[in-house]
Amino acid sequence: MNDRPELLVLGAGPAGIGAALAATKSDVKTTIVDRAPDGGGQVYRSPIVPQTTSGEEGNRLRQALADSPVETVFDCRLWSIRRDFRIDGIDSRGARTWHPKKIVAALGTTERVIPFPGWTTPGVYGLAATTILLKSQLTLPGKNTVVAGSGPLLAAVAYGIIAGGGKVAAIIDIAGRGEWLASAPALISRPGDLRRGLNWLNRIRQAKVPIIYRHAVKAVRESEQGLEIIAEPVDRYGHGLANGKTTSISSDSLSIGNGLTPATELTRLMGAKHRFDANAGGWIPSLDGGQRTTVDGLYAAGDGTGITGADASFLEGQIAGHTVAYDLDRLDRAEYNRLISPLAADLKRVSRAGRRMAKMMAPRPGQISTIAADTIVCRCEDITRAEIDAAIDSGASDINQLKSWTRCGMGPCQGKTCGDVVASLVAARCGGREKVGSWSPRIPLTALTMDELAGDFTYETIPIPKAAPL
Amino acid sequence: MSIGGQNEHSYDVAIIGAGIMGASTALFLARGGMSCALIDRRGVCSEASGVNAGTLTMQMTRAALIPYALKAWEMWGQPETWLGSDPGVTLCDGLSLAFSDPEIEILEQRAQARRQYGADIEVISPKRAKQIEPGLSDHPLAAAYCKTDGHVTANRTGLAFRAALKQENVHLFENMQVDAVAQIAGGFSVVSKLQPINARRVVLAGGVWLEEMLGWLGVKVPIKTLINQLAITERMPPAMCTVIGIANGLLSLKQFANGTVLIGGGWQGEGDRETRHTELVPENLIGNAQLACHAIPALMHTRLVRAWSGFEAETEDAMPIVGEVPGVEDAFVIGSAHSGYTSGPYMGKILAQRILGQTPEMSLFDPQRLVVNT
Repeated sequence: MNDRPELLVLGAGPAGIGAALAATKSDVKTTIVDRAPDGGGQVYRSPIVPQTTSGEEGNRLRQALADSPVETVFDCRLWSIRRDFRIDGIDSRGARTWHPKKIVAALGTTERVIPFPGWTTPGVYGLAATTILLKSQLTLPGKNTVVAGSGPLLAAVAYGIIAGGGKVAAIIDIAGRGEWLASAPALISRPGDLRRGLNWLNRIRQAKVPIIYRHAVKAVRESEQGLEIIAEPVDRYGHGLANGKTTSISSDSLSIGNGLTPATELTRLMGAKHRFDANAGGWIPSLDGGQRTTVDGLYAAGDGTGITGADASFLEGQIAGHTVAYDLDRLDRAEYNRLISPLAADLKRVSRAGRRMAKMMAPRPGQISTIAADTIVCRCEDITRAEIDAAIDSGASDINQLKSWTRCGMGPCQGKTCGDVVASLVAARCGGREKVGSWSPRIPLTALTMDELAGDFTYETIPIPKAAPL
Repeated sequence: MSIGGQNEHSYDVAIIGAGIMGASTALFLARGGMSCALIDRRGVCSEASGVNAGTLTMQMTRAALIPYALKAWEMWGQPETWLGSDPGVTLCDGLSLAFSDPEIEILEQRAQARRQYGADIEVISPKRAKQIEPGLSDHPLAAAYCKTDGHVTANRTGLAFRAALKQENVHLFENMQVDAVAQIAGGFSVVSKLQPINARRVVLAGGVWLEEMLGWLGVKVPIKTLINQLAITERMPPAMCTVIGIANGLLSLKQFANGTVLIGGGWQGEGDRETRHTELVPENLIGNAQLACHAIPALMHTRLVRAWSGFEAETEDAMPIVGEVPGVEDAFVIGSAHSGYTSGPYMGKILAQRILGQTPEMSLFDPQRLVVNT
């Protein structure tokens, strides 16, 4: 193992693999790390239906990585990163520490689920979480599933369930049919995606799955049959319609998601400048055209820099990898430009579709403003909307003060699940998302058991510092 | 009430720094009838006072400060009498452990020294220690036992203080960065990007930033910065019921009512008070975790979810700085108490007594001794 690679790529999804492959083309000594057992990221986990395009693309990426000189470290959880470019992880062999010259952060996203009464009931899954269940665990969320929320994952998940032999009771889509039609021109630039999407819709139609447009899940109740999903009609901003007639659907499971938020704990820990962009999914690192963050030697690519999808992520990753090579003097300016230009042109084309899809996934203001007072928002700590509002009434004016006073975001997920929604709730009363900030990033980046962290030791080997004054 | 009376914006006292020292001082000054402006760059108890380990122990308090800490411990035990609400106080037994023969010696020396100042600490056998704390491992060879111990959920301190300060009509100026304090006729002017706040007296309560703040008044006092690392586990079943430390002071362990276990003790991180950026040292987090597991083995199988750090101020002689700013009439300073969170409310109370013209219950800590000539 090389603990001083020239480049350490964090995350082996399309962006990370793209970066590693591009950098090694210029002989940059590269190591790539991921917590999964193999490359591909969430999007290209080994799929339940081997013949899908997604599977081919994922396999192609994995093969390219295997054929390259990139050193791969899988099943490794990163838990610490420092501004002196020291990264600590833990894998089956124990502690790992790297001191790379350059870092590409390609850490993807976290799923957003906007809370509603019953969202913590067993049988309710995240939409993106369901794709992992389908692709990686080869497991259906239930025998009869309602698929709800927003964005292209609705069709992807419904199709995945049907293709896996499950039944979809209904799709509840917050978007109107017209919004999807309006998205079509953006997708024409991605004929492959468009074809795949139409194929999904075709299978969904064949399975006679009702699609309920412009509706949102209002509540989930447990019933004798399993779950009762109550949907209500909403306006385009996500507000429930006055006198709107609710629809009740019986199922044993609900798969629901309201888009993705970029995972920025690591780039924020490193001190990179970030900006808020709701349509990109939330806070994103500020980047130059070469995927450089504002921290010298730290690059970022993929959905962690704004939601644009797998194809754009792969291109961004490659640009980042070439920029690393250029910054390490492995490429001259002309060679670099020659490599970057076609990628940048492709990226421009591809991101149009990606951004449109991100916009379809973005939460609508009414969905958050109408969260009921007694609804749990932070599910780790059971903090309700009313408790959040009470803390604001008591003077909490940013989300870290709110965290201190309520324990919201202090549980095992460290606010990754609720952070975006909580920030929106505070922002609505305290002057906007920029003003209320984001959770202070903390290590460990992922929860570790104490014995994993402690490793093998005896009392004599503990480096106890000298005594405090008497 | 305004004694100053130059204009309607003039306060009797402006307190800069709304940590536990400044907030306590403001609270007792307001109760004494003075009009107070309490100013902070962030919010009430947002820095060290809100992120420290919340330990109410005598065993890690400097021996000479035990009388103050005992007074403060009594205050913490009945927060409703002075703070109005309970920020989450638990009073319980404390054990300081020795794992080796030299540590037993340290334990005995330290217990002896603290006993002289009034802390009821006795050195007991491992068997007795395990009766008091069934969660203990078999490793301790002896323990120092003190019934005067406990903890507070420090992250909720600001919430409780804020309500109490509002109740006493202290004017809070949060998210206000003070750039300087200027002496003007009849008092001081607190300078910021916003409109100046004028007051007859000023109290500097800026924790590790006191050195710079005293510089505003032309006084040079070096203040060292400690960067204490802390970590907390997820909620776990009851694993311990006491506050656990070790002989040399480098461990502090406690389980809160919600099941989380806080791991601290003063293992150092890195950082800079000027930029306020801190970073944790992985080895120190690992070492701290090892020591915690060595003391309480049930911790091995729980998850550590978060680690962070806070600044602690220390003077040249590691004793507090509480009293008049030398050579500047009506200017006061408070800070840098070891175990400052434990003693903070009492330190604030006695400084307020001095400012209100009363004789403090216990003597202050004259800043003059720390002044260096430039």
